[in-house]
Parts: sequence; C-alpha cells; structure tokens
Amino acid sequence: MTATTTTAAGTPGSTGAEPLLSVRDLTMTFPGKRSVTGRRGAPVRAVDGVSFDLMPGRTLGLVGESGCGKSTTGRMLVRLLEPTSGTVAFEGRDISRLSQRALRPLRRNIQMVFQDPHSSLNPRQTVARIISDPLLVRGWSAGDARRRAAELMDLVGLIPEHIDRYPHEFSGGQAQRIGIARSLSTSPRLIVADEPVSALDVSVQAQIVNLMERLRAELGLAYVFIAHDLSVVKRVSDRVAVMYLGRIVEIGDRASLYETPQHPYTRALLSAVPLPDPAAERRRERIVLLGEPSPSSQLRSSRGGPNRPAAPPPGCAFHPRCFKARDICRTERPVLRPAASREVACHFPGD
Amino acid sequence: MAAAANTPLLHVRDLCVTFTTPRGPVRAVDSLGFTVDAGRTLGIVGESGSGKSVTSLALMGLHRGGAEISGSVALAGRELTGLSERQLSAVRGRRIAMIFQDPLSSLHPYYTVGEQIAEHYRVHFKARRAAARARAVDMLGEVGIPEPARRAGEYPHQFSGGMRQRAMIAMALACEPDLLIADEPTTALDVTVQAQILELIARLQQERGLGVVMITHDLGVVARVAHEVLVMYGGRAAEQAPVDELFADPAHPYTRGLLDSLPRLDDADDGPLPFIPGSPPSLLAPAPGCAFAPRCGRAAARCADVRPELEPYGNGPPRTAACHFAGARTAEEATR
Repeated sequence: MTATTTTAAGTPGSTGAEPLLSVRDLTMTFPGKRSVTGRRGAPVRAVDGVSFDLMPGRTLGLVGESGCGKSTTGRMLVRLLEPTSGTVAFEGRDISRLSQRALRPLRRNIQMVFQDPHSSLNPRQTVARIISDPLLVRGWSAGDARRRAAELMDLVGLIPEHIDRYPHEFSGGQAQRIGIARSLSTSPRLIVADEPVSALDVSVQAQIVNLMERLRAELGLAYVFIAHDLSVVKRVSDRVAVMYLGRIVEIGDRASLYETPQHPYTRALLSAVPLPDPAAERRRERIVLLGEPSPSSQLRSSRGGPNRPAAPPPGCAFHPRCFKARDICRTERPVLRPAASREVACHFPGD
Repeated sequence: MAAAANTPLLHVRDLCVTFTTPRGPVRAVDSLGFTVDAGRTLGIVGESGSGKSVTSLALMGLHRGGAEISGSVALAGRELTGLSERQLSAVRGRRIAMIFQDPLSSLHPYYTVGEQIAEHYRVHFKARRAAARARAVDMLGEVGIPEPARRAGEYPHQFSGGMRQRAMIAMALACEPDLLIADEPTTALDVTVQAQILELIARLQQERGLGVVMITHDLGVVARVAHEVLVMYGGRAAEQAPVDELFADPAHPYTRGLLDSLPRLDDADDGPLPFIPGSPPSLLAPAPGCAFAPRCGRAAARCADVRPELEPYGNGPPRTAACHFAGARTAEEATR
C-alpha cells in the first residue's frame, strides 16, 4: 500500500502523495514469561514486520482477533511502547528512535483514544482538568485552557456547562466523548483509536462512530482505527489491514477487501460474523476454522505438550487452522504480495 | 421430563426481581413472562441494565438475600419459586444448566477439568468415581476437545478461552439437563471461536432436544441461533416475536432503533448511521411512563405518563409489543 496504490486520489483532506504516517517493518518482541521456577520462556514476537502507509485525512482499520498484535502496533505508533525494530515515520520523520525529550513537541500531533472510557479517565479530575491537561503541559494559561476545554466539549456533543463534573457523573458514551475531546485538545493530525466503541452499549456505539466520522471530516483527522468488530471497521475505514499472529495477512481498500477477501483467514473471519438477519444467516455458508488464534494454544494442540514457548509455527502462521493449507504452507512463510488490487500474504490467495 | 404435550418446558409468568439498595429499591426485572419449548431457543436481547442477566439468575434460583422475587417459574409444569435450597439444588445443574460469559471464573483453578465435570455428575447421579471420570472424558470428547482423556487431567489455566467454554458446556450437559441457560456465552471469545461454540450448542441442542435460553446483547447472535426473541429494555419486555418476524418487522421503536444503528457487514451504505440518542435508563428512578420514551423519536405526551403494557401485535400471539405506537414509523424511518 505504498505510492503505487491510488487510494488517495480525490480525497478531501489529502494533501498530495505524501503519507502522514509511514510504518516499516515494525516489530515488537516481548521477553518470555517467567515460570514458577524463574526460568524465562522463549520471547514472544507480538508484532512481526508490520508495514503500512496512512494518508492525511484517511482511516486505516486494523482488525484481527485477540493476540494478533493490533493493540501492540497501535501503542508503538504513539510510542507508548518502544518498538524492538522498524520505523514509524510521521510526516517523513522517523519518530521511533527519538528520545522522549525530542518527541515531546511532536506528541501533540498524534493522540490516542482508549477502549474503556471510564478507566482511561482520572476519577479525581474534573472534565475541565482532564481535557485541558495536555494544554497546561504545553504552557497554556489556565483561563485559555478552560475556554478551549469548553469548546471541545461542545464539539464532541457534551454540554459545556458540565465542565466541572467528574467522570463518574457521565454515562459510558459520554465518557468516551470526554476521551475524544481530550485527544483533540492539542489539535492532532492523527488519532490512534484502540477499540473506541467496543465497551459501549450497542445503542450508543453509532453515536460515537458518527462523532468520529464528523470530526474526521471537519478537522481533517487521520485515524488508525483498531477493532475486532469487522462491521464497525467496515463503516469507518478507507483501507483495512487484517492481522494474524503479529503480521498483516491482507491489506487493501475497504470495499474490495470486504467484497472479495483473498486471504483464507479474512474469508473465515468475515463468514464468522453473525449478521442481524435470520434469513441470510440460514442461507450463509460459513467457514468454521479449527483451533484458536493464540500461538501457544496452537502449539499445545500440534505438539501435545502444554505451555510450550510461544513461537509461531514454521511456514505460514495460519496453516494449522487453514482449510486450504498444503505442503508449502507448512514450510515456507508467504510474504505480502499484490493480489486482486491489494496485498495478501498467502500462497493460494482467492477462492 | 414427561410433561403433557402442551406444557411448555419452561413457563415464566409475571417475574419480578427487586433489589434493596442503599439508594432505594431497584426493580431490575418487571412483569416478565415467556415460554421455552424443548428443542427451541429463546434469545433474550438487551443492553447493560436491561435485566437480562438478572432474569437468568432468577430462573436458576441463584439470587440470595437482598433480592425479592415474585411471579412464577415452572419447569415442565413444576413450580420452582418457593422451593427450598435443598430441593432447588436437585433441579439446578440437573434439569437446568447454565453457562456464563467468563468460563475461567466459573471453573475452579485447583481442580482438573475432568475432576470438576466428574464431581458434578457424581453429585447428581450418585455414580462411582470411575464411572463419573469416564463420563467426564466422554463429554469432553463430545464437545470437540481433542485427546479428551489427556485433557481431562489438565487444569483450567491450561485451556484456551474457547476450550474452557467447551469444558463448561461439557459440564453443563453431563447430567442431561432439559434446559440450558447461556448468558453471553461467546462474548469473551474471538469471532472465529464464537462460530465454533454456537455451532456446538446448536448441534447438541438438536441431538438432545434441549431447550435453550440464549442471553446476549448481539443481534447477530440472536439472528443466528434463536427461534423466538424477547427484547428487554429497562427491566421489562419491549417486544416478543418469532425471530424472522422480529427482524423483518420490528414493532417496538427501540428494536427498530437498535437494528438501524448497527453497522452491518452486508450493507454498502456510507452515510452517518441512524442512532438512538441518549443512554440506557437508570432503574433507580424509573419514569412513570415508557422507559424508552426519553430516547424515542415516536414518543407522544402519553408515553411519558402511561406505561404501555404488552399487547398482541400483528397477527397476535406469540407476537406482542409494549408500545402505544407499536409498528408505527416516524417519517424519517419510513424513508429508510
């Protein structure tokens, strides 16, 4: 998904061919867990060579199941985690190796919205304080910061008169609006949103999805939208990357990826999502995968012993669950290659 | 088990659950009634605070002090409310089994999975240890756990999330219950694993003629597994309908709002999603009228004052809806 693709053409908010965010070979290795005897297990490669570009004003959806590395990727983008290797370039400048001090002036450009709105807000701070804190840190006067906080509350659909209330006085949806207002206080260009609606009630999710869409249009924001819910991701994204065990297995334009998924994992994932339509559900052909996506459970089932080191299987990481796997899949790891107007990491893409 | 042909497997009438809290009584479930027949699945849908989980615990008689329960819960014609704890425990786990959202917190970490299933079976059937152990291994195999004899000797932490839920299902079904209550059984699971578990429940239901109560917030799950649906809002039934009719012609504005506001995989639309304004109601200070009225685009003055009762809708029973304007569309909805 580099300059060869044409997705940026004619996009409002796009400032030309320069990506806002350019990620190359991003990798995160965590040390293995200590057992009761104090011995460390083998290191876990949570994210393994992830690369993508994001144009200004666009949304990249990052989907996958638990343990696929999507949240770890998001945290590396905002430098909440230090990548083991690889680069994260923001407006052409690699920020993955900057010191915290050198990073500080850039931080205002990249902000994060978290999953659980209540636990990501300090219960002892008023909304005024929560939203204006990033501004006070940047040297704004208390009066200016408070005025800005009230403006932001209005922008995200909160009542500015509630500025001196505490988080517990707000419902889940309203608390997520506070989290979004806080992320907007420094006028960022990019927001990394990690499961921003999955803790919310169904009837409230649409409000927040619409809010994020409106803000993107009004403020020219770009999003990395991380979620396990494929329906929500479809709604908000321009491009979608599907992750499996630390790697991107398929990445491409939203419409074509959802209409003609090429990677068997993407196909299985889409077919597993229950549709709110009983007639369609009865007609539907589902691909039911064996096993589960965690590397350790795969090793348990394939090698028989519990708690084996969490290394991905050789060859394609998906092959133990894949309905199309052949010999080459067990020995040779497929790389991302162009297939059907997108990139797919599979030896046998398509039907 | 051998109930008369027209006695439903589960018949709930006028169920109310009230909790005493420091801030006053909270009626978490109010005047709920439904039936479940053998081999059928009732989906109970609702958001947080709708009373769906409180309902499931009331069916199992699992509310202790602090909860006041009235109404009737009859299993194959036998009244369960008012039974002593001792009488209840002969029913619970034996005739009615339950699985929960988080299987790890429902399994004991100190005992092997096999021991826990065997124990459960032994208690109800006075079986010998060896027989119970064999039963546990059989059940693990039946729910699709590979190498069941070996896995029976492992502890819950050695199981993955999906395997734990399979183990819970094995335990729930070890005593051949008539009714399975599943409270958000796949909410903590990945979507590919959810598909496996839903297929498993459907297969076991067919083989055993189980009645299933599936409690969920996910309308997709309901569309996939349910035969009949009960939509709950603010502790009360908003509407009840066979699954196809509910999705084709939702009678209650809340159900319609929920369905419209879902982002859908099978939808190419890109504009802003229709949404329900506001948030789910607080049960501490219930409104005198319809609980949904403050969020309802169809609400008129009488909705705030007069609580709508469940009335027959469309072709009548089993369809009912609790709305003064059941089935009526707002101008905006009519254009969709």
